[in-house]
Amino acid sequence: MHEIGIANAILEAVETECAKNGGARPTRVGVRIGEMSAVNPEALRFAFEMATRDTGLAKLALEIEICPLRYRCLNCGATFDVSDFTFECPHCRSPKTECAGGDELQLAYLEVEDEACKA
Amino acid sequence: MKRVKLEKKVLSENDSIAARLRAKFHERRILCLNLISSPGSGKTTLLERTLEGFEPGERVGVLTGDIQTDNDAARLRRYKFPVKQITTGGTCHLDAGMIERALADFPIDNVDVLFIENVGNLVCPASYDLGEAAKIVLLSVAEGDEKPLKYPGIFFKSALMVLTKLDLLPHVPFDLAKAEKNARRINPEIEIRRVSCATGEGLREWREWIEKRREQVRQEGLASVI
Repeated sequence: MHEIGIANAILEAVETECAKNGGARPTRVGVRIGEMSAVNPEALRFAFEMATRDTGLAKLALEIEICPLRYRCLNCGATFDVSDFTFECPHCRSPKTECAGGDELQLAYLEVEDEACKA
Repeated sequence: MKRVKLEKKVLSENDSIAARLRAKFHERRILCLNLISSPGSGKTTLLERTLEGFEPGERVGVLTGDIQTDNDAARLRRYKFPVKQITTGGTCHLDAGMIERALADFPIDNVDVLFIENVGNLVCPASYDLGEAAKIVLLSVAEGDEKPLKYPGIFFKSALMVLTKLDLLPHVPFDLAKAEKNARRINPEIEIRRVSCATGEGLREWREWIEKRREQVRQEGLASVI
């Protein structure tokens, strides 16, 4: 259960960003989680809810985008989703491929109200 | 409503400390290895056998993480190399900040192989970069050969898988070839060593894996092994 720490890291980033935007009130934060990131989206939603409950951020929505494991072919350059842990290029059958995504733990965006927070 | 693009890592604070640690390890030509496994796979025992194999005065050290107690550090200190316990007090993994704080009073200048024994957990430690040159995942034959498929994250990120407790093979339904195949499905690049700390089998090959990288780091720095 390291999702609590991750939820806190997201909230710290949100607060930093809001401060940079003149105390803007945040409404939604988007994160990307790779299939290989070892982060459980459900546990993260729960941790996020617990971390924001009864705080000024209780209404902050968390949007999670799950990123599939993607590989890039070093022979033909194609990128492809890896299913069932088959890393061979589906286009040219080359076994020489490299990871191109799927271990993300990334803050994507933050939505804030236009009017600066007066609190 | 205004949307601000962020595009930065959630654990950017951890990652920036890890980058600082990695720069320090590179500058001092230190090979740092992060050992990760479930509780009871034999991380401490493997480290005991490993330290036992080093001559007195060799430049090795250990940071060992646990939620509670300093039992592991007590076990490892018997070999007279620098050992420091990190007690996380509930946290299920080590993070880069804990390593940086632990190194503040650790004789890092006397070390060129630094082992980090992570908290026993096959999931959470995978998310935290500690500035290591490589993550090493241990899997004991008592655990089941499907673990790589069940916990792909850590096998995906590890450079080496060490299969431990080989001496138990006659007593458990563990298929070595299947475990290795499963690990390579998740990570085709992963290297594999098989050891038994009870009989000593495979310890030489494990030690050679370390020594090869230690020499590379000594000559060319960290980039040569990452």
